[in-house]
Amino acid sequence: MNYFDSTLKIVGTRPVRPDGVDKVTGRAMYGADMRQAGMLWGKVLRSPHAHAKILSIDTSKAEALPGVKAVITGKDLPEIANEEAFMGEGPTNFRDQAYNVIARTKALYEGHAVAAVAAIDQATADAALALIDVKYEVLPHVIDVDEAMKPDAPVLHDDMFTAGVTPKPEKPSNIAKVMSFKKGDAEAGFKDADVIVETTYTTKPVHQGYIEPHACLAQYNADGQITIHSSSQGHFMVRAYTAKILGLDIANIRCQPMEIGGGFGGKTVIYLEPLAVMLSKKAGRTVKMQMTREDVFKGSGPTSGASMDIKIGAKKDGTIVAAKQVVRIQAGAFGGGPLGPALMCGLALYDIPNIETVGYDVVSNRPKVAAYRAPGAPISSWAVECALDDLAGKLGMDPLTLRMKNAAKEGTKTHYGVTHSNIGFQKVLATVAEHPHWKAPVPAGQARGLACGFWFNIGGESSANVHVNEDGTVTVATGSVDVGGSRASMGMMVAEVLGIDVSKVRATVADTASIGFTFLTGGSRVTFATGMAVTQAAEKVREDLKARAAKIWEIPVDAVEWKDGQAFPAGSNAGAFEPLDLPAIALKSARTGGPISSEVSVNAQGAGAGFGAHIVDLAVDKETGQVTIARYTAVQDVGKAIHPSYVEGQIQGGAVQGIGWALNEEYIYNAKGQMENAGFLDYRCPVMSDLPMIDTALVEVPNPRHPFGARGVGEVPIIPPMAAIGNAIKGATGLRIGSLPLSPPTVLSAIDSAGR
Amino acid sequence: MPEVVLASGGSCHQFTGGKTRFDVKATTFRQLILELDRDYPGLGKQVEESMAIAIDGEIFQDAYGVELRPNSEIVLIPKIGGG
Repeated sequence: MNYFDSTLKIVGTRPVRPDGVDKVTGRAMYGADMRQAGMLWGKVLRSPHAHAKILSIDTSKAEALPGVKAVITGKDLPEIANEEAFMGEGPTNFRDQAYNVIARTKALYEGHAVAAVAAIDQATADAALALIDVKYEVLPHVIDVDEAMKPDAPVLHDDMFTAGVTPKPEKPSNIAKVMSFKKGDAEAGFKDADVIVETTYTTKPVHQGYIEPHACLAQYNADGQITIHSSSQGHFMVRAYTAKILGLDIANIRCQPMEIGGGFGGKTVIYLEPLAVMLSKKAGRTVKMQMTREDVFKGSGPTSGASMDIKIGAKKDGTIVAAKQVVRIQAGAFGGGPLGPALMCGLALYDIPNIETVGYDVVSNRPKVAAYRAPGAPISSWAVECALDDLAGKLGMDPLTLRMKNAAKEGTKTHYGVTHSNIGFQKVLATVAEHPHWKAPVPAGQARGLACGFWFNIGGESSANVHVNEDGTVTVATGSVDVGGSRASMGMMVAEVLGIDVSKVRATVADTASIGFTFLTGGSRVTFATGMAVTQAAEKVREDLKARAAKIWEIPVDAVEWKDGQAFPAGSNAGAFEPLDLPAIALKSARTGGPISSEVSVNAQGAGAGFGAHIVDLAVDKETGQVTIARYTAVQDVGKAIHPSYVEGQIQGGAVQGIGWALNEEYIYNAKGQMENAGFLDYRCPVMSDLPMIDTALVEVPNPRHPFGARGVGEVPIIPPMAAIGNAIKGATGLRIGSLPLSPPTVLSAIDSAGR
Repeated sequence: MPEVVLASGGSCHQFTGGKTRFDVKATTFRQLILELDRDYPGLGKQVEESMAIAIDGEIFQDAYGVELRPNSEIVLIPKIGGG
C-alpha cells in the first residue's frame, strides 16, 4: 500500500527525537563506553614503515611482563581462502580483510597492525608493546596514485595481475582492476563539438572524521560462545566478518549494537574485533580495545583520492555532445576502491549522446580505503562539475542554464545503460532557479558557485518486529544500527500505519540473536529498506487488530475497519459497537489468540535515485589564500521526508563534510611514507565557527517503490560541495585550481603564480 | 527473447571475449545467471557476486526472482554499496 497519496498525520512532522535526551545528557552508551569487571585492555602494535617485509616477531619479553595476559601476531589467526565477495559497502576479498586486520608477512602501510597484547591496564599494555621485537626489511614504498601506476613503481602484491584486461598481464602491478563504460562514440562526438574543455583534476584521500574511534569489548567463553559489543554501522556485519576472519560459526557469535558516534561509511568494516576475540580466547578474560585518534587516521580506511582527466564538448547553443572521463582511483593497500560508482555517477546527471569513462583501481602504501558517503561519486563529480562551469564560461552561458539544458530526465539513458525513471533532477534545478539564494545578488567581495550530484541509493535485506504491548503501546525492533535517526523514522511509520500517537511507539535496535539478518546501515538504505519492513510489519499488526476486534464483536473480520487507531464496525449492517482502541484490544489479547506481534524480513528493491544541487557564496582572501564560506544552500530530492529535521541534518552534515574535503582535509606524508598530521589539530575538519548555517530545500518527488515515497538522503549531499566551492573560487580569483584541498597554501600559490 | 546488456567493460569481458549483448531464454535473474554460466563458464558466478541488474530503469540486487521480459531494457551493472 502507498501512503504518500494519503493525508499523513505523523510522517512529515518533527517529533522530538527519541535518542536525544540520552545523547545530550551523556547517558547514551557508545562502543567505547563499555566496561566489564575483570576486563583486560587490548592494544595494537603498528608498523612504523610504509612498506616492509616482516622477518620475525619476538614476543617473549612482552609475554614475560607481569600483568600481560596474552600476546598475538598474525600467526594466531587462521589462513583463509582468497575469496571475493560483495559485502559491506562494496566488493571485498576476505583474505585481504584478514591481512588488513593484522599483517602476516608484509606491512603494507604505516599503521598496519603487526601484533596485539592484552594486559591488566593500559599502561601495562603499552609497556608490553614496547617489548615486542619486530625485525623488518624496509622496502621502497609508493604513496601517490599516479606514481603507483608507473612501470617501475614498488609493487605491493606479487600476485596482483590487473583484472579486466585481456590477455592477462604477464607481470604483477599495482593496478588491481580496469573498468570502462561507453555510450555512443565519444571521439566522433567531440568532432561535432564547437567548444571543448579538457583538464586534469586530483583529489586527496580524506577521512570520514567520525568523533567516536573504533572500539569493542569481546568475551570468549570457555564453551566457545562469543559476545561482542562494538561501534559499527552493522552488528550483523561485525558478526559475519569476525566469523569469516577467525573461521568460526556465526551462531557462536552474538553482537550487540551500541550507539554510534558517527560512521559515514568508515564503520562498514572491522579492525579490532577479531583481535579482541583472539586475545580474549588466549587470556580467558574479556578484552576491551579502543583506537586512539592517531590509530584511526593511520590504521583505518579513509575514502579514495584520485587523479582524473575530463573532457567535455558542446555545441554553441550549449547542447553537450560528448564527454570522456578517465579516473585513476586510490584503493589503499588492497584492491577495491569505489571505481564503479566513480565511473557511473559523475556524468549520470546529464543527457549526453556520447560518453566514455575508463577507470583504474590502484593500490599504494596507504591504509585500505573504506566507504565514505556516496563512495566514488564526489571524486568524479569534482571533475565533471568543474568542467561544466568552465564550459559554461566558454559558451557565455549561465552555469545553471547549461545544466538545465542538459539535465537528465525521465527516460534519459545513461552511459552505463540504465534509463532513468522517477527522478527529480529537473525539479531540483527548478528549485535552485527559484531559490532566494540563487536569485539574490552576489554580495560585493564574494563569488557564487553551483554544482550538482547524483547517487543511486540502495535497498537490501532488513528485518523488523512490531509488538503490541499489554497496555496497547507498541514496540518496534529492527536490526539496523541507528546512525541517522532511524529509530525516530521507524516509530513514525508504525504510528502512521496504526493511526496512533508516535509517543506510544518505542523503537529499538535488536542484537544479532534477537532479530533476523539485517544488512548494515549504509548507502542511505535504512529509511527505505528497513522502513519497508517496518511498514509491512505494522500493516500485519493492523490486520491482526481488526481480526481481534472481530472476535470480540463476533462479526466477520471484513466487517471491521481501522481508522485513527481504532477498530470500527464497517457499516450499520456490521452491528452497533463502540470503537475499540489499541489498549482495549491489547487487554483482551490472551482471550483472542495471544500476543499481537509480527515479524517481516525483506530484500528491498527499487531504491529511488537521489539528485542534489548546492549553491555557495564565498570570499577569498587574496593575501592569505583563506576561503570563507558566507552562505550555503543545499537543494535535494528526498522522495518524502519522514522526519524533515533528520533529513535536513543529513544534508547539512554531508555538506559540511564536503566543505572540509574541499578546503582543508588531506593526509600529509613525509618522505618515509609516514603520516605527519594524524590528529584533529593538524587534519583540519571544519568546525561550527568556520561555517554559516547550511540552508536546505527539500524537493519531494515520491519514490513509488516505498510505501511513504522515501529515497535515501545521506549520500548525495557530500557530492556537490567540492565543485561548488571550486567554481566559486574561480569566480573570485579567475583561476581554475584543479587539486583538492583548496587550502590557503594551494589557493595562495595559485594566486601568486598567476600574478594576481 | 529478452536482450541483456553487459554495461561495464572490465572483469566480465574476459569471459565473453568482449561481447556485451546477449539474447537469452532466461525469464528470471536466476535463470540468467545459470544461462550465462553455461554459455560463458565463470561468468555466472561473476555476475551473481558482483553485478546488479537494472530492468526498465529500476535496479535490483541479489534478487533471483526478478522477471526478465522480452521488451524490457535489461542491463547488468556493478553492484552498488554506499557509505
